[in-house]
Amino acid sequence: MARMATNRRVAISTVGAWLAGFLIFFPILWMVLTSFKTELEAFAIPPSFLFFHWTTENYATVQERSDYIHHALNSIIIAGGSTLIALLIAIPAAWSMAFSPTKRTKDVLLWMLSTKMMPPVGVLVPIYLIWRDFGLLDSLTGLVIILCLGNLPIVIWMLFTYFKEIPKDILEAARMDGATIGRELIYVLTPMAIPGLASTLLLNLILAWNEAFWTLNLSTLNAAPLTVFIASYSSPEGLFWAKLSAASTLAIAPILVLGWFSQRQLVRGLTFGAVK
Amino acid sequence: MKNVLGALLGAAALLSSAPSLAETTLTIATVNNGDMIRMQGLTSEFTAKNPDIVVKWVTLEENVLRQRVTTDIATKGGQFDVLTIGTYEVPIWAKKNWLVPLDNLGADYDVADLLPKIRDAVSVSGKLYAAPFYGESSMTMYRTDLFQKAGLTMPDKPTWDFVISAAKKLTDKEAGVYGICLRGKAGWGENMALLTAMANSYGARWFDEKWEPQFDKPEWKKTLATYVDLMKEAGPPGASSNGFNENLALFNAGKCAMWIDATVAASFVTNPKDSRVADKVGFALAPNTGLGKNANWLWAWNLAIPAGSKKVEAAEKFIAWATSKDYTKLVASKEGWANVPPGTRTSLYENPNYLKVAPFAKPTLASIDAADPNKPTVQPVPYVGVQYAAIPEFQGIGTAVGQQFSAALSGSTSVDAALAAAQSSTEREMKRAGYIK
Repeated sequence: MARMATNRRVAISTVGAWLAGFLIFFPILWMVLTSFKTELEAFAIPPSFLFFHWTTENYATVQERSDYIHHALNSIIIAGGSTLIALLIAIPAAWSMAFSPTKRTKDVLLWMLSTKMMPPVGVLVPIYLIWRDFGLLDSLTGLVIILCLGNLPIVIWMLFTYFKEIPKDILEAARMDGATIGRELIYVLTPMAIPGLASTLLLNLILAWNEAFWTLNLSTLNAAPLTVFIASYSSPEGLFWAKLSAASTLAIAPILVLGWFSQRQLVRGLTFGAVK
Repeated sequence: MKNVLGALLGAAALLSSAPSLAETTLTIATVNNGDMIRMQGLTSEFTAKNPDIVVKWVTLEENVLRQRVTTDIATKGGQFDVLTIGTYEVPIWAKKNWLVPLDNLGADYDVADLLPKIRDAVSVSGKLYAAPFYGESSMTMYRTDLFQKAGLTMPDKPTWDFVISAAKKLTDKEAGVYGICLRGKAGWGENMALLTAMANSYGARWFDEKWEPQFDKPEWKKTLATYVDLMKEAGPPGASSNGFNENLALFNAGKCAMWIDATVAASFVTNPKDSRVADKVGFALAPNTGLGKNANWLWAWNLAIPAGSKKVEAAEKFIAWATSKDYTKLVASKEGWANVPPGTRTSLYENPNYLKVAPFAKPTLASIDAADPNKPTVQPVPYVGVQYAAIPEFQGIGTAVGQQFSAALSGSTSVDAALAAAQSSTEREMKRAGYIK
């Protein structure tokens, strides 16, 4: 009897989880479906779900009009580069804050977070002028720097939370065995924090991949990533939903695949510490 | 030996860089509208005639483009050589000396052929600061079949009274047909384009001669109350989130008996590939109230050169090509006369080939002629612009007022409260900007 009740509860929660998952995934599914419709069908009222004339003409148009590979490569370099540099800076910073805190550590952490509360448009003109003077406009270096700076507070905060979960005693034991700070960081701390590091890396990769404000404003042609590629398919006068959906599907495809393959690390990292 | 090798390498480097030294690369920023995409497709025709010029395109959504090019031109970033800008920006930027006057477009450019109203809109003190690529006004598009069935005849110059009564008569909510579709989405270029033009026809104005906001005057109340009542009774549900594209989709799906919007819509609604009602559409001027102004706007997308550009000569060559009479002929030969960029040249509206395939040509021209950016309202105003006031502050002010009016349409605020909020927010901004004390 008790077993039946448990089974029923499991079934209900499974159905509930699938339903919630489907609801969250639905906008992406709708976008993919729209990318295979004609412009007229994309706007059809009532909308057709599966029974429409499937076409790949939007993908052909997008391929013909834009250089997808160029934009995708730029996105990979900008997102990957900015995340890796941010991690290189954040690991020692988070280590010092987690294991050698001073009385100002909390203030520093809060100050870092406060920089994320300012709307980026507030500093657009000064940043634009500095980038212009240093020749960084429309350059991959310029975008890697700005995205690295923008995401650094989140990276440090995430790593700080993960590092705090690691018992201090283990690091002290390593020190007693004669480990230097560098060795302690590389051989003791990092392997223990791998799930946390992986989820931080993935989350920031996604944030940098989707970042649209700076990438749109500081790039023109050479450094333009996929956000610029998508922005070129929206129009205030004319039907564009199907083509925009095709461009968006192409733009999210790489990060979707990456997320799919690394979901185990992502989930483990995000719940790291919760089961301790 | 080392010296010889160095000299050889140097010579090779010089030789390999020689062709690129002669080349000029033009970076052109533009919007994703059909006519611009067509222009991009025809770039090779230009570069074939100008082999020393390489053209690169940056296509962006209108609002993104506006922010992007404004930042670049204000900071002299030098990222673009040719800009696509609207009639709103041209006078403001020309007065700030941000644009190069277009004096050298060539002897055969024929400036006199540009439509006078459009030419005025892109000139400051008689000097052309941008070349119009395509122009538009707004007009009334209506379903001839529904009008016939209801025994109604659309006049060439309808009044608001006629439009309102026809909209109510033609509304059949059960069948999903609404008497009228109008913009409701908030934004200075969205609902405020329509409402400012509509207000002009009701005798209202944004500012008096001393830049005092006028939303507390009866003309604005009449405009907004009429709009909200009409849309509640004869408009589609959720109209407060409808812009051009949403109404285009509704009209093309046969859900609207009338639609007052940009003249460029005419080619979309009469295209059988995009529209289910392509052969059942008629055109008339935007409505009036007998005060001498129709509720129609004036807009053009133009090509301009940012001041400080180092490639002015090449940029002028490109602009002269893209906005010339020959370009129109080129598009006609490749894609047909129905697809040429409209609303910029008088000669196009005298061309029988164009008139034959574009039933909307005459009402479009009449609408453009009926708008006067220098005298947009019944009463005098200190600003230039029909559906906007060409001052830098207008984008912010217009969008804030648009949000209030959109809220009045959705029912989350009343007409009176929306007008009061519009008055106070505009007053505050105009004081802050130093127009009034």
